[in-house]
This record gives sequence, C-alpha cells and structure tokens, in this order.
Amino acid sequence: MRRQLLMAAALALLPATAIAQDKPDSLNIGIATFLTGPASVFGVPARDAAEIIVERINDEGGLDGVPISLTYIDEGAGGESMMAEYRRLAEDQGVEIFFAAVSSGSCGAIAPVAEDLEVLNILWDCGTQRIFEENDYKYVYRTQANATPEMLGALLYLLKTTPDFSTIAVVNQDYAWGRDSWDIFSTALKAMKPDVEVVGEFFPAFGAPDFSTEISRLQALRPDVILSTSWGGDLDTFVRQAAQRGLMNSTTFLLPLGESSLERLGSALPQGVLIGARGDHYFMHPERRDDPEFQEFVETFHERTGAYPIYPAFHMYQAFEAFLAAHSKAIEAGGGEWPSKDQLVEAMEGLTFQGLGRELTIREDNQAIEAQLFGTTVMTDEHPFAVLENMMIFDGEDMTTPVGEESIEWVGSLTPDYVDQVDVATYDR
Amino acid sequence: MNFSLFLLAVFDGIAYAALVFMVALGLTLIFGVLRILNVAHGSLYAIGAYVTASVGAAIFAAGFAPFLAFPLMLIAAALIGVVLGGPIEYLLLRRIYHRPEVLQLLVTFAVFMILEDVQRQIWGTQPYFEATALQLLGNVQVLGVYYTVYQLIFLPLVALTVLIGLRLFLRRALAGKLIMAVTEDREAAQAIGINADRVFFLTFVVGAALAALGGALASPTTSVLPGIGADMIVLSFAVVATAGLGQIEGAAVAALLIGLGRSFAVYLMPELQVLVPYLIMLSVLLIRPEGLFGRPGARKI
Repeated sequence: MRRQLLMAAALALLPATAIAQDKPDSLNIGIATFLTGPASVFGVPARDAAEIIVERINDEGGLDGVPISLTYIDEGAGGESMMAEYRRLAEDQGVEIFFAAVSSGSCGAIAPVAEDLEVLNILWDCGTQRIFEENDYKYVYRTQANATPEMLGALLYLLKTTPDFSTIAVVNQDYAWGRDSWDIFSTALKAMKPDVEVVGEFFPAFGAPDFSTEISRLQALRPDVILSTSWGGDLDTFVRQAAQRGLMNSTTFLLPLGESSLERLGSALPQGVLIGARGDHYFMHPERRDDPEFQEFVETFHERTGAYPIYPAFHMYQAFEAFLAAHSKAIEAGGGEWPSKDQLVEAMEGLTFQGLGRELTIREDNQAIEAQLFGTTVMTDEHPFAVLENMMIFDGEDMTTPVGEESIEWVGSLTPDYVDQVDVATYDR
Repeated sequence: MNFSLFLLAVFDGIAYAALVFMVALGLTLIFGVLRILNVAHGSLYAIGAYVTASVGAAIFAAGFAPFLAFPLMLIAAALIGVVLGGPIEYLLLRRIYHRPEVLQLLVTFAVFMILEDVQRQIWGTQPYFEATALQLLGNVQVLGVYYTVYQLIFLPLVALTVLIGLRLFLRRALAGKLIMAVTEDREAAQAIGINADRVFFLTFVVGAALAALGGALASPTTSVLPGIGADMIVLSFAVVATAGLGQIEGAAVAALLIGLGRSFAVYLMPELQVLVPYLIMLSVLLIRPEGLFGRPGARKI
C-alpha cells in the first residue's frame, strides 16, 4: 500500500502534459452492449458490426500494425454487474478505450465512472440528452445524436408530410426513453402546432406482451396520428396487433425507431407508416448507397447475419470511425508517435468523422451533430418487407440543443415557422 | 365513461385474463400438490411460445395447412411437459421436497436461469412472430371496434374449458382423486398405498405442459423474444398469490380481477395500468394474507 502511494506521488510529480507512448502489442477495446435480454435486438447486431469492422482492420494489418481485440460487457446482466466488469477491465486489464452503452441508464452510470477512471468512453448508442446537459465531461464523448434531434426530426417529418392533423395519441414504453422522448416531442409539438389536441397517453409496461386494450381504446378515440417511440419486440407486437385489427388503416403511425423493425415485420407493416432511424441510418441510404465502403459493409453484414444492418450497427460503425479518426489526428499532432490516452482524448475535441451516413462533428460539449433520416413505408418487388420512400434527411445542426441550454426549455421556445428553418434534403426512393 | 366503453373494457379484460390464467393455473397446481413455487414455470411458458412460433413458421413455409397451428400448440405443450417437465421433477425437485423453501426457490430459479440461456442458444435474440392461428380466425366488430376472434372468443373459451376440465378431472377421475388425496395429506395417502412419487411426477408434468400451453396460446398474439418468461412468471405469481397459493378456481377469479383492473386502468387512468395487478394483490394480501381463497394456516413462502 505504502509503495503504491509513493508510486502515485512520484507519478504526480511528472509533467502533466500528455506524453506519447510506445506502440502496444495489441489494443483492447471494451464494448458495453446488450448481449442478453430484450434490448439484445440492438446489442447483438451492433456486436456483429463491431466484429466485422475489427476483422477488416486486423486483416489489413491492424491499426498502424497493432491488432485490435474486443472485450464485451453485457448490459443485460444488470447495472451492478456491468459496472463491476467495466471497472475490472479498466483497472485490472488496463483497457483505456470503451464504447458504452446502448441504454441511457447504463450511460448515466458509466459516464461519471469513466471520468473517474480517466478512460476514453464513447457513448455509442444511448439517447438521453441529459448526459452533457447536466454534466461536463473530459473523457466521455457521444458519436451520434441524442433524443432531442431525433424527436424534433420526427416531428418535422410529420408536420411536412401530414400537416393537417388535429389529434394525436402516444403509446410509449414505460421507462426513461418512452417518457423522455414523449416529453421532448409533446413540448415541441405544443410550441410548433399549439392547436393539436393530445387525446391519449399510454405507457404500457416495458416488454408488455399485449397491447389489445390500448388498441381497443385507440379505435374508440380515433386520433389522426399515433406516435410510438417503442422498439424491438414491443414495437413489433404493437404494430402487428394494430395492423391486424385495422387500426393502421384509419390512422397515421409515426414510429421514430421503426427502421430497426422494418425487415423483421415483413409484410405485417403496412404502407404509409412514417419511420425514423435515430440518425441518418438506412441500409439504402440515398446519399451513401453507391459508395463502395457502404456497399461492402451492408453486404458483409447481410452475408454474416442474414439480415440487413439496422441503426445500432451503423452507430457502432460511427463509434469506430470516430475512434480511428481521433487516432490518426492524434498521431499527426504527435509527430507520428503512437498517441497516449490523453492525446487521444484531446483529438476527440471538435473531431470530424464519417461513418456510413453523413459526416459528423463533435461539439465543444462532446455531443456529435448527426443528421436525421425519415421516410414513409412502401412495398416493392425487391424486398419482402416495407422499404422507405419520400425520404427526408434533416441537417442535425439546427436540431441539436445549443450548447449550455436545456433541451425541454429549448424545444419549448421553438415557433411554428421553425418547420421551414431546418435544412432538409428530399429523396423519392 | 359511457356504457359502450365500459363493455369494451370488460372485453379487453376478459381476453387478457384468459391468457394469464392459463399460466397461473399450472403454477398454482404445482404449488398446491408439490408445495414448491416453481420459478422455472416462466421458462416453460417461453419455450412453449418459442417452439410453437418456430415450428409453426417452418411448417407453414413448407406449405402445410394453416389450421395445423391449433394441434401444433397442443403437441408442443405436451412435448415440453414430458421432455422438460419430467426430468426437472425426476432429477431435481424429487431431491428437495423436504428441504427449506429458500433452497427450493433457489433450485427452480437456477433451472430458470439455465433455461433462459438454452433459449438464447437455440433461438437467438431476435423476436419471433407467427400469427397464423390468429389470422385464421379473423376479426369481429363489436361497438365499432375490431377485435380478433382469437383473443376475444377463442382464448376465453380455451381457458374455461381447461378450468372445467381440470376441475372434473380432480373430482371425478381416479388419477385426479389420487392427486387430491396426496395434496390433503401426503403421509396418510402413502399409508393407504398411494404412490406419492408418481402423483408428484404426473402433477409436475401436467403443470409444466399447462405453462407451455399458455406460451403456445400466447405466441400468435405477441413477439416471442428473450425475457418473456421472466415477465410472465411475475404476473402469474401475482395472480396465484392474490387467489391463495394452490387455489385453482381462485386463480380464475384472481386472473379476471387483475385482467379487468388492468383494462379499466387503461381506459380511465392509463398511468396506473402497470401498477394495477400489484395494487390488487397488495390490497387483497393486506386484508387476507392467505389470499382470496387460501386457507389460513397453510404453509406460506
């Protein structure tokens, strides 16, 4: 113990500037994702994506000759066990780079610990806007958007495609995401279209196996629009039950996470449903689909898993691209030396990088600016499931809460003409 | 709330209660006879759903007639009862009937955890959905609202049939009478020559098959995915505890209570719907700790 204290004291005396390190034999990245539980519908495709990416890097000789290995932490094992594993990797195994996590709850728990352990943590998928609004972090970065632009994009797409609606109901999962996303959406809706009446707010239990009662109630209420930010099995069940009972014929459905269910739902998802993808993620991204890098990934992923990549796979891709971009930026800044952890963290500031969507930039509050893609379902001859038409890609810049402001307050201050202020590109198919 | 909304809420409540009852029935039957609270019941439910959904998808894709969905459910349930329920009782539970309740709970919980992993190994993590049975029966319009015949009529009918059938079996059939006798007093039953081991084995297999049948019946209405077993075991335990452990008719009443409570909550105060089953359980247990129909003095967990 005393020796450790002396060591620590000696280390503290060293100059605080970041010092380049010798190249390691291998680079281990810790990835927190759901390998078990209902959210593994996101976590497992993301792991598959990570494997594909790392295999490609290692086949090409590794990162500057250093092979990358991955260690997974299962978020499905529960908060305590996840945190214990995270600490073990950081403290005993010397892992300095983490991609964590899917759940906003996991991210909320991990961010302060990463800061404490001084390891670079990339929030690669979680959506809560609170992380950087309520805290400042040095070691924690997010390489995709957060709930605010995701919900604003959904609302903008609804207002542009279905401007004449007067009633709306919501069916969200009863947990942080379901509640927070509705808070943002309804606040923005009230600000931008104050005459709309919210006729029903339903928050069935997370993982609810049956929405029959909600669907009966909704059929009696007859809202013009039904919003659901649900995902995974919950969304699939809700959509199938609603379609089976004819609810989707009379009502416009807005499903901001629907992209992740398109292929699974097959022909059960009718035409004319408004779909989002938590970013500009789509296996036929209108601006990227002719790109060889894009095509190679989509094909490899499909070959490997039997399914097309969904947004968590693209989020994982973005996390890797951000890390790789930061690494080469740090090498350049350090005159070709292998960068230390702190040099890498420095390089994350203001980083520009590109995954398989549009280019992203990391803001001064460590939040990335990401575009948002939406579309309307249509059946084609090419696929046995609904694909998107009338796609819109909204620029992320104008939809992300300004640095230092709080999201709910900010979206509440928007005005009806905000609809036309956000830069948008439109694609038929 | 006008009268037609009231009726809609009642319909929804009954449809929901039917499904919950099927699962709670097996749980309470096993507890009534074996005095073991079987947490692995949730896994048997999930596996019933998985087998029905995946086998169904495979045989319908191969061009078999859609009506086979119904016999498939029965076959899947019986198969799981025998193939999984049998060994669990014979190899594990048989050794712990005289051990403390905590140990029994831990053992069935361990089986639950193992089976959860087995499911993930076999069926992966992506949701399964196979609704042929539900689509076959079509929709029915009541008061301007479309219901599926499967949920509104078929499931309650099945639940009622199983309830009456089980009651007749326990009161009239010889095997049923043996089960009742062992439940009443195991030692006395053994003294007059009843093979209690066999009764326990049979009961567990039937209970396990009921769990699997619940899963099979639920599979056309819902996505089958990791975690459904855990959710169902919690809810059906609420039903069983409300009714009084081991009470079969009581479970039907409690399931109805909870189903109706939940659907009225959705109509009147959606915020409460997740809470309602447990509020009902709590208020019943506060007044009658042994449950609605439980006998005071019975061994509790």
